[in-house]
Amino acid sequence: MLELDAVDAGYGGFQALFGVSMRVNAGEAVAVIGANGAGKTTLLRAISGLIRPTAGSMVMEGRDLVRMPAHRIVETGIAHVPESRRLFPRLTVLDNLRMGAFTPAARAGFARQLDYVYALFPRLKEREGQLAGTLSGGEQQMCAIARALMSRPKLVLLDEPSMGLAPVIVAQVFDLVRRIRTEGYTVLIVEQNVRQVLKVVDRAYLLEVGRIKAAGAAAELAASDDIRKAYMGL
Amino acid sequence: MDCQLDIFFLEAILNGLLLAGLLALLALGLNLVFGVIDVVWICYAELVMVGMYGINHAYKGGAPFLLAALIGIVLVAIAGAVLHLLVIRPVLDTPPINQLLVTGGVLFFLQAAATMAFGIDFRNLGIRLGSVSLFDMNFAMARIITFGVALATMLALWLFLRRTYLGTAIRAIAQDRQIMPLMGVDSRRLYLVTSAIGGGLAGLAAALMVLQYDIYPQIGLQFGPLIFMICVLGGLGNMIGGFIAAFIISQFIAVGSSCFHTEWGYAVAFLFFMLAIFIRPQGLFGGKG
Repeated sequence: MLELDAVDAGYGGFQALFGVSMRVNAGEAVAVIGANGAGKTTLLRAISGLIRPTAGSMVMEGRDLVRMPAHRIVETGIAHVPESRRLFPRLTVLDNLRMGAFTPAARAGFARQLDYVYALFPRLKEREGQLAGTLSGGEQQMCAIARALMSRPKLVLLDEPSMGLAPVIVAQVFDLVRRIRTEGYTVLIVEQNVRQVLKVVDRAYLLEVGRIKAAGAAAELAASDDIRKAYMGL
Repeated sequence: MDCQLDIFFLEAILNGLLLAGLLALLALGLNLVFGVIDVVWICYAELVMVGMYGINHAYKGGAPFLLAALIGIVLVAIAGAVLHLLVIRPVLDTPPINQLLVTGGVLFFLQAAATMAFGIDFRNLGIRLGSVSLFDMNFAMARIITFGVALATMLALWLFLRRTYLGTAIRAIAQDRQIMPLMGVDSRRLYLVTSAIGGGLAGLAAALMVLQYDIYPQIGLQFGPLIFMICVLGGLGNMIGGFIAAFIISQFIAVGSSCFHTEWGYAVAFLFFMLAIFIRPQGLFGGKG
């Protein structure tokens, strides 16, 4: 579905990704794990066009993402739930969801998709008229995921969904991730919480200082001594 | 001092109310642009001036007033979009002082250009709409129409911002510019649309003002400072705050003028403004809302 080949990317003069190659197949859940500053967020930002790769190729179902304007990428079926959620705090939950369905194609199916998202997250329907900034952390993450689903994506990019949340809520957030998997979405998730995320995904890539250092089935990586020592505190 | 609670005092208050409609409309465009793009169009009143000249020319050229007004609105809407493309976009990510300076440059450019093109004569359309009498009070019809159109426009804009995808996106981009591409929104286009709407509001204000005021190249100096004062008092970028502030300021002007002298009305209004800003630097109702 999504294929990256030898991608370099960074900010200004600072290069954060070096020749990253990876793929996500339809129906899979894939994680990118690594320490703070490894380039995980940069990777997702490059895929959704918020920053432009300086080299390499990115293809989504045969369509070249590198030369596509950032605001068109969502139309290829990629929805990005950004780091720290980035809801519009002074818009209502409903208006946030409406923004998720901004593209003409998504607008056409707004009512049906809204029903679907509310069925998935009934809590959001209760909070519909509330300003997003007043939601609890867990509800905000729910709203951010729901906003992404409003574009009717095929691939959902999740950037550190557990960040800044209390441990109880973190478990709930990983439940949310499991749920959108069972709904048939393909998922690419970036996490520092390696232990938890490896339980949710099929495969994972290990990113270290901007380079892919390991790749494999989630269970395999979870069993690797190096990863257990370096990232799981075992 | 000649301040009695008589019918003339009431007339002054009501005239202040009518003036507030126009000032609120003027503040609205500026607040919209600031609230969304984070740039202050110092030259806002000069865009109104351009619209007034445009309407004057169209009308004198034989167009009926409503058509001339429409031409003026479209003209200034385009001017707003051009201003954004040529002047604002290049300085969008530079410090705010640069943005103030370039739009300040546009202010003087437009004034000078208007003086060269049209001279310093006072012009007007020569439309007389008469007035309405109520008890012993008189209200200019032009002011009443202005008030009605201004309120209707503000309501329409409010509905647009609340009910449409484009309006929701305009409110959203004011809160988080960076992630807009993730929503499939082309930020550059949205800024252009907002600038055109801001310009269109200035054009509409121009169409209302030509019914009441003479047209001359420096008319922006008469209204520009007032518009800023209202926007800052209401909280820059806060459209509802600006609306309320317009009513407060126009009462100071109207009642001050009635009790003392016309110039005193403005002096009192600005004095109140300074005091209010000492006490609440963020404006009476806070920033962007």
